[in-house]
Amino acid sequence: MKKENTGSAKAKRFISNSIVHVILAILSVIWLFPIFWVVLTSFKTDKGPYSTQFWPKEFTLDNYIRLFTDKTVLDFPQMFKNTLFIAVCCCIISTFMVLCVSYCMSRLRFKIRKSFMNMAMILTLFPGFMSMIAIYYILKAIGLSEGAMIRVALIMVYSGGAGLGFYVAKGFFDTIPKALDEAALLDGATKWQVFTKITMPLSKPIIVYTVLTSFMAPWTDFIFAKVICRANAEYYTVSVGLWRMLEKEYITKWFTSFAAGAVCISIPIAILFLATQKFYADGMSGAVKG
Amino acid sequence: MRRKYSDPHTLRAAIKHGDFGTRLSLFICGAGNMLHKQIGKGLLFLAVEFLYLWYMLVAGISCIRMLPSLGWLTQTEVWNEAKGIYEYTQGHNSVLILLYGVVTICVSVLFVLFWRGCVISSYKAQLRLHEGKHVLTLVEDIKELFNGNLQKLLMALPLIGIFAFTVLPLIFMISMAFTNYSKIGEHLVLFDWVGLENFKKVLSFSDTIGQTFWSVLGWTICWAVFATVLNYILGMILAIVINRKGTRCKAFWRFCFMLSVAIPQFVSLLIIRTMFNQDGIVNLLLKDAGLISESLPFFTSATWARVMVIVINLWVGIPYTMIQATGILQNIPQELYESARVDGAGPVVTFFKITLPYMMFVMTPYLITQFTGNVNNFNVIFLLSGGNPTPVGSTAGKTDLLVTWLYKLTVDQQYFNLGAVIGILTFIVLAIVALVTYRNTTSYKDEEGFQ
Repeated sequence: MKKENTGSAKAKRFISNSIVHVILAILSVIWLFPIFWVVLTSFKTDKGPYSTQFWPKEFTLDNYIRLFTDKTVLDFPQMFKNTLFIAVCCCIISTFMVLCVSYCMSRLRFKIRKSFMNMAMILTLFPGFMSMIAIYYILKAIGLSEGAMIRVALIMVYSGGAGLGFYVAKGFFDTIPKALDEAALLDGATKWQVFTKITMPLSKPIIVYTVLTSFMAPWTDFIFAKVICRANAEYYTVSVGLWRMLEKEYITKWFTSFAAGAVCISIPIAILFLATQKFYADGMSGAVKG
Repeated sequence: MRRKYSDPHTLRAAIKHGDFGTRLSLFICGAGNMLHKQIGKGLLFLAVEFLYLWYMLVAGISCIRMLPSLGWLTQTEVWNEAKGIYEYTQGHNSVLILLYGVVTICVSVLFVLFWRGCVISSYKAQLRLHEGKHVLTLVEDIKELFNGNLQKLLMALPLIGIFAFTVLPLIFMISMAFTNYSKIGEHLVLFDWVGLENFKKVLSFSDTIGQTFWSVLGWTICWAVFATVLNYILGMILAIVINRKGTRCKAFWRFCFMLSVAIPQFVSLLIIRTMFNQDGIVNLLLKDAGLISESLPFFTSATWARVMVIVINLWVGIPYTMIQATGILQNIPQELYESARVDGAGPVVTFFKITLPYMMFVMTPYLITQFTGNVNNFNVIFLLSGGNPTPVGSTAGKTDLLVTWLYKLTVDQQYFNLGAVIGILTFIVLAIVALVTYRNTTSYKDEEGFQ
């Protein structure tokens, strides 16, 4: 009796397992199809977006070469340099701010702590770029909206409000045992020393996570960059440039180059993102493993 | 909680029990500190007060004086006899007047806080002197910044950043909602306060803007609910399916779905938009397969476009939920499942009795943030459909959310006042949702905690 049962159960399990695997395979094809298509497109010879067949007749590297050498209309290497510069500055400033705020929120107790946390929650409920127009006027009023200052403006916009994004790092700091701090304070350390000598060395995963996320922000945001750069093509970031390539006047000649650019940007960003996930998971499993 | 921080050093106590020096600091910041042996600190305070007064005299007072009227001089041409040319006289610019006015008010509020701090600081020094304790010198005060007052040191810069790039612009924008700053009636340079006029206009059922508002609001809520709930349920199912015992190559499947998240969102959305174009690859493949003869109107018919943005948002959102849910699934105590199996529960029962409640318990905050994120989901709509299809003569398209409509109203149409009103109303909707759900989660937590 029992044996028969396990036999039929085995068959049942086999069928359900196969169904699951088939469904997963179909789903992952759907999920990977756009990625596959854009990679294919980036090697295509005809430049327009709407080809008559799916599989290109012949493959070429021209699109990549053109992307990095044709500087007449849309200067991609310049955009790349702009974005890299902004991203590096922004990630230094943002990381510093996020770590400072989250340490204060997690470890120190002071009067405005609660009200600051409530304010941060309220501020995140406003539509992000509702303040964009206002920010633009403010930047204009302090003379940051023209010329090379646009870069400074973008750095300030991306990192200015960084202090509000303290939740993840605070959650991490909360997992570091307070006893460590107390022991150090008893030994005569100042709170600053506790912060720099004890908390920071223990927080490597979350520091890396913060660095990576703030480094990626300028690469992926496009709406602020678009409003602040306006027509100043030499200060465009990568995302604005790629978006421009799909506008009506460019799309017929630039679509395959757009695909090439998309591939070039996506690969490093995807690697960084997968890295952040690893560090995030490390961070969430606690600071001090016991 | 409150009592823990209650502090005898309040402004009221300082005025009541303060000596001559402390009371003098009510008028001259730092005077009290200087009289209480804190020369350096006192001088610093005094310098700040001078800076503020100087700013007010040079610019501040006139800024505030202009604020009620927002300017009236228009730019005019004047014939210059000597040079023989037309010259333009400088007119008033209401936006700048409003901005400077708001900045001045904010600076003044900050100064009042600073002034309060000065008086209290002097009072503290006075009390310490009175008790015969050592009064901290400037150097010791700075040292204290690295120890007892570390939060002041660490929070200073981030707070300035948040204030300058989040709070100040918001106040500026909110104040715009009460003016007639828009292209309607040529109010782009000079405009006036109009009170609640704009709110009436947006909320009325008879005005065209009002009608657009209600339909956009309806679609926004519909979109946010669908996008959040579908993403959540399907993402969770996906995570469970990958996570179940029988599934092989778990890491490989997860990687496949993670890849779509890893790519910058604007890139994948632009790609998908091109794919679903009238002559795009999807229509092409469907035609080749003989399934359709005409191109499907993915983004040109209202119903199609609405379904499409929700479906494509699933493509974007399901992997996110999957990543979040996977971590939580692995944390569900296995004993729960084992005891359920012993009691004869099948997979469906265990899902509804164990997995789902547990996930709901842990992921409710995530759901709330997802919901607010979806209401404010600018990227998906703007990059996919651009809010289209737009009926002729309307300011909003059929797939426009409040945020994308806000963008169109301000950047394209230059109806800044209406844009600001819509921003405020979006905030109110979100605040209500967040408050209600937040209250429900706490009560939920009290009833059946998993801990």
